[in-house]
Amino acid sequence: MNRRLAIGLAALVVVLALPFVVTDPSRLNLLILVLMAAQIGVAWNLIGGYAGQISLGHAAFYGIGAYTSTLLLLKFGLNPWLGMLAAGATAAVLSLAFGWSCFRLKGHYFAMATIAVAELVQIVFTNWDYAGGAVGLTLPMNHDGWAWLVFAEKRPYYWLALSLLLLTLAATVLVERSHVGYYLRALKDEPDAARSIGIDITRYKQIALALSAFFTALGGSLYAQKELYIDPASVFSTALSIKMSLVAILGGIGTLLGPVLGAVVLTTIEELTRALFGGSGRGTDVVIYAALIIAIAVFYPSGLIGAYRSWRQRRRARSAAAVSREAAP
Amino acid sequence: MSLLELHAVSKRFGGLVANQDVSFAVEASQIVGLIGPNGAGKTTAFNCVAGYYAPSSGTITLDGRTISGLAPEACARAGVGRTFQVARTFTSMTAGENVLAAALLHQKRVAVARVEALRWLAFVGLERLADRPAGSLTISEQRRMAVARALATQPRVLLMDEVMAGLNPSEVREMVAVVLRIRERGIACLVVEHVLEGIMPIADRIVVLDRGIKIADGTPAEISNDAAVISAYLGDEA
Amino acid sequence: MTAEILLQTLASGMLIGLIYALVAIGLTMIFGVMNIVNFAHGEFMMLGMYSSFWLFALFALDPMLTLPLTVLMLFTFGVLLYRFVIRRITDAPMVSQIFTTFGLMILLRGVAQFLWKPDFRSIENSWVSGTVRLGEIQLGRPQIVAGIGAIAVTLAVYTFLHGTKWGSALEATAADKEAAQLMGIDAHKMFALAWGIGAACAGAAGALLSTFFPIFPDVGANFILLAFVVVNLGGFGSIGGAFWAGILVGVIEVVGGLLLGPQYKMAVVLVVFLGVLMFRPQGLRGKA
Repeated sequence: MNRRLAIGLAALVVVLALPFVVTDPSRLNLLILVLMAAQIGVAWNLIGGYAGQISLGHAAFYGIGAYTSTLLLLKFGLNPWLGMLAAGATAAVLSLAFGWSCFRLKGHYFAMATIAVAELVQIVFTNWDYAGGAVGLTLPMNHDGWAWLVFAEKRPYYWLALSLLLLTLAATVLVERSHVGYYLRALKDEPDAARSIGIDITRYKQIALALSAFFTALGGSLYAQKELYIDPASVFSTALSIKMSLVAILGGIGTLLGPVLGAVVLTTIEELTRALFGGSGRGTDVVIYAALIIAIAVFYPSGLIGAYRSWRQRRRARSAAAVSREAAP
Repeated sequence: MSLLELHAVSKRFGGLVANQDVSFAVEASQIVGLIGPNGAGKTTAFNCVAGYYAPSSGTITLDGRTISGLAPEACARAGVGRTFQVARTFTSMTAGENVLAAALLHQKRVAVARVEALRWLAFVGLERLADRPAGSLTISEQRRMAVARALATQPRVLLMDEVMAGLNPSEVREMVAVVLRIRERGIACLVVEHVLEGIMPIADRIVVLDRGIKIADGTPAEISNDAAVISAYLGDEA
Repeated sequence: MTAEILLQTLASGMLIGLIYALVAIGLTMIFGVMNIVNFAHGEFMMLGMYSSFWLFALFALDPMLTLPLTVLMLFTFGVLLYRFVIRRITDAPMVSQIFTTFGLMILLRGVAQFLWKPDFRSIENSWVSGTVRLGEIQLGRPQIVAGIGAIAVTLAVYTFLHGTKWGSALEATAADKEAAQLMGIDAHKMFALAWGIGAACAGAAGALLSTFFPIFPDVGANFILLAFVVVNLGGFGSIGGAFWAGILVGVIEVVGGLLLGPQYKMAVVLVVFLGVLMFRPQGLRGKA
């Protein structure tokens, strides 16, 4: 436990120090993207990993978050700090409707229904003139600083993204260790047996979804404050929904740090493919992305962390066998 | 008024009648065996009591309160505990955590629930396996763990579905000892069983179902001599 | 809104609905036999469209002529896909199953974009181009032929399932895999057959659509969603249900577009879908 804590603290120090070492803005931006991808992956993991409800339309919450805080800012002058909270709350409340209609579906059908809901939300926003329609919304650049969460340079966004990631991780840890965490694992493993010990599975799925929606929406608000421009295509896209789930699956679905690891690996792969094949606009990076998804799904459904754990278990078993062979005359 | 009462419970699935007009009662501190040939409707009756099915007609009461038609989680909260024919272990957890999850029903603090869980595991003799992944336990151990899990919800009545099936004689003896200890605590036990040598010696009463209908209800001695019961079983073997 | 316009709308809705039905039949067949939702199903349709297109563009062969070839190619593709990819995840955890077909969806779209670029293509001046006047309403000939073709393929599938030995074996596997295996039916062969027929249905729909619908790599996106709505309404695993639900969805879509504007066509369908989910989750015909 002490060793783990030491490693964790060391990693934290490195992560905190990075923006002072990495000064090139595009490199720094890359790190910010990793943090943002990790954050939405961790948020997705709450419903997809811990509760076992695979959502493939989670961008709906991301976009709702982005639009809520932005509209509150543009139409009512609300400070983005409060706007973010409102965005999270709105997404959490809407997730109740989402869950109510979709939770009676199991597995694949739930996943497909989430795609339908995300599509519906995108159509609504694309045709909603008050929200800018297909053209989108532009955020003003008339402040600079923490009071209004708009910065001229990249570094503060790094701290912001990092804080949001740590907050989301902290929420996940709290859930994991509370009765909610045990209930989610139980309902994921054996829903009928879970009910037999008094667990209202719909209620707890709703709780997981509301938390996940809340934090996903915060990520969306952050995106809006960083890019200063949002439109339906960028914040409701299928690609975004895919990324959120892929990051968690790649690193280790249902584990705390899986999505973080997944975000690092995925962003690296994305950058590499873009560097090697990118520019032609022929979508080679998409093909590689997809092949990666299939490979993980077929061969390593527990992700990198899962693969590492099985490897460690096999090694332990082999060395235990070796020891007992030596012990026996 | 008995602890658990079934009043003329019928359950139909489309054209198939799984239970017809089944009535019987279970008192506190009583072990009632529910036996009958395959397809008699025993598990259907269980599922009605535990809330997984709502009876097509009739009522089920616990301590005078109607529980028929309540959802499974509500039945659990009301005091109905159950095990399943197939253990349905939470495989992502350890044995201790399986029971912990159940102990959380009555108070939500994990630390307290963990202590409770160990108590119940000790009750069924599995305390040394608390930290083992639940999926790695033997079938017999998983069955006993499932009993501990159900007990952790502090039920008034415990429904056990074929807990002795497929066990070797010494495992059957272990399970019998557990059931007896449960009775000592004042919990009523309704036990579906095919392993007659396990249930007949310990049951206070036996209820016999055949093709959805109750054909006998009495002490084990009375049942073993009941003509209708004998022909139901022999007829099934013919 | 006049009776003419309404009639016109209903007719065109029914025709496109027949196509949706055909795509959905393929989807529901795969589901019915192996309990897997094929997220890549729209891409079978897309490949059918491109098959027709390239045979037309490169060899001047009309889509109606090459339809059988397209169907055969997609059937083979479906079987091969099962043999080399799906077979590995038939007993895998749900997460694996979902992400495998989901990954295939993205892969096939990406490959199509890589090979044929994202440009929109269309087939002009095929044998079935032009319009037909039926009393007060005017319908495109390609649409009518597509509708008839969809009915024909549906009947063929239905006959196969109920009239042939292989078909009965498939139905048996769908009803109870273990029992079918005990009777000597090879489950894997049945699964491969289901994928083949499923892909063939979607491919046929694509070939029929190619005569009047734009062809581009992501064209499958809306169709998979519509097919899923159809399957939900018609009852998972029910061919007949998929047929009638398909027509219904087609009509709902066009009528919705007429009443609210074409940009809301899809939204109307999705709202109806979510409504059915909430209040009658077993579909319009199915048992819960």
